[in-house]
Amino acid sequence: MAVEHPVAAPSGDQTRIHNIGYRSYDGPRLGRSYATRSLYSQSLRGAYGLGRSVKSKVLPMLLFVVMCVPAAIMVAVAVATKAKDLPVDYTRYAIIMQAVISLYVASQAPQSVSRDLRFKTVPLYFSRPIETADYVRAKYAALASAMFILTAAPLIVLYVGALLAKLDFADQTKGFGQGLVSVALLSLLFAGIGLVIASVTPRRGFGIAAVIAVMTISYGAVSTLQAIADAQGSTSAIPWIGLFSPVTLIDGLQSAFLGASSAFPGAVGPGNGEGVVYVLAVLGLIAACYGLLLRRYKKVGL
Amino acid sequence: MQLCGVTTGVVRVTNVDDVTVIATESLSKRFPRVTALDRLSLDVGPGVTGLVGANGAGKSTMIKILLGLSPASEGRAEVLGLDVATKGAAIRERVGYMPEHDCLPPDVSATEFVVHMARMSGLPPTAARERTADTLRHVGLYEERYRPIGGYSTGMKQRVKLAQALVHDPQLVFLDEPTNGLDPVGRDDMLGLIRRIYTDFGISVLVTSHLLGELERTCDHVVVIDGGKLLRSSSTTDFTQTTTTLAVEVTDTDEHPDGTRAVREALHARGVEVLDSTGGLPGAGHILLLTAQGEETYDVVRDVVADLGLGLVRMEQRRHHISEVFTSADASDEQQRKEAVGHGG
Repeated sequence: MAVEHPVAAPSGDQTRIHNIGYRSYDGPRLGRSYATRSLYSQSLRGAYGLGRSVKSKVLPMLLFVVMCVPAAIMVAVAVATKAKDLPVDYTRYAIIMQAVISLYVASQAPQSVSRDLRFKTVPLYFSRPIETADYVRAKYAALASAMFILTAAPLIVLYVGALLAKLDFADQTKGFGQGLVSVALLSLLFAGIGLVIASVTPRRGFGIAAVIAVMTISYGAVSTLQAIADAQGSTSAIPWIGLFSPVTLIDGLQSAFLGASSAFPGAVGPGNGEGVVYVLAVLGLIAACYGLLLRRYKKVGL
Repeated sequence: MQLCGVTTGVVRVTNVDDVTVIATESLSKRFPRVTALDRLSLDVGPGVTGLVGANGAGKSTMIKILLGLSPASEGRAEVLGLDVATKGAAIRERVGYMPEHDCLPPDVSATEFVVHMARMSGLPPTAARERTADTLRHVGLYEERYRPIGGYSTGMKQRVKLAQALVHDPQLVFLDEPTNGLDPVGRDDMLGLIRRIYTDFGISVLVTSHLLGELERTCDHVVVIDGGKLLRSSSTTDFTQTTTTLAVEVTDTDEHPDGTRAVREALHARGVEVLDSTGGLPGAGHILLLTAQGEETYDVVRDVVADLGLGLVRMEQRRHHISEVFTSADASDEQQRKEAVGHGG
């Protein structure tokens, strides 16, 4: 198969060929969808620092542990005290741990897209069979999956613990299912927002700061306004205010439809009518993030 | 796809021989403020083809269009017989691309990076690993391929960039300014490597540069564009035949204290025109530049120097700078214009 070629006079040590001829490749070429899947798995592994330097494994792994430890403690307490119920609802867990989740998306979204922009690797991707949309889908799906792993893992710990503590099976399974749907939506929403912000800047630091700012400032503003509304007795305004930050969006949606108790002041969650608006807002935001990413990468091109 | 079953590079070359690798037909690309390509019609066969032009002449725009990434404003183009407007993905599967700018993440090793890029081209995981090891060896990267790219020299980075363009065994590679930023030795190594991509690997090459000289040595065919227009398209043998200039340097002896002048006079006596070579540079006076009219000019120089009893330090072909092509083209344009005016009057 290999074609032997006489070695030309070596022009330097580095360019010498040791008389092993060039072998051409005639195996399968798996095309666009395979390339997209490869990019997805590479990005997903990258979101936990796998296949990257030791240094870049530290933060995601640490955050993963921080997410799971409280769940483990709760389970231990529930088992030890023979409690009738888990101290925290499945749907509530992600809301309590929102700071950790925000930190994760802030650190990993720029890692996923800003690096390709900064080191100008994007043109190399687009000089291959994949299209802009494939790149965006692979990156979006990878970060959303990474966040789902982060947020669903503690729920699994809780669920397994609940079963070990011999809590009511049907009850727990229903709660667990609702929790999974809730964190799946949360993952899609947070990943979308994080990627849109990060894809604007090739500088990783800016990306991290911007994502954290958007997540915390919006949550801070919304919960302050909600507290003021609560203090002034205008409780009907509370659910509408909640539409303006990612965390409260998920909170409102799950208290309307997923049987969660709301973390809003006075525990006034949106009713079913308002809940529809929440669902539309979440789905609309996810679609908008995807659309913005597509637009962004149409421009980057080569 | 009809070429996929062919196994060895050599067979493939003969198969591709009568095929046009790149064909464009009055290809134009206009941006709001500039016209990057202006009705460019080209036919490029297999082999190493140089695309020469000053910065901003439209070379990179041309590559983008040929990769099917940027639509042409007007005209059409085919790569490997596939229309760029409709078959972009199929073209990109068979073509490699080495960009002009840096494109390597510093925190991964060359092996990891090239494996990833091979998979992005559709190679299955095992094949991607094997091809990566082969390709990196062919471009001259050995032990260092396991170290992070951040610590590489410019020359090594250029090799990694070249490797990622070749790893999926394309039928054609686009190399955008591959010698940029390299020192003279690195340049020569890279040019040698580019030559081997065709002769040893059987992959056709389109290489851009703003230096005509270095492409003349490497390419079978050179295309010169300026301001998006085709200035010249010819095989390199044509080029050298029409433009060869000889540089001659001789020693001085007691008999001829100024050997250079003696040779100049002797050559003049035998009817060989010596160009004015002083140019104001120190040492330039010791080098005689003359136009080679053919093989016999070399003999004349040899005989003249031998008759005078001088030592011949060097006799080499001088390569022309791109600017000379432009000036000669301008001159011929001028002449045509004058003729046209003459006829009109």
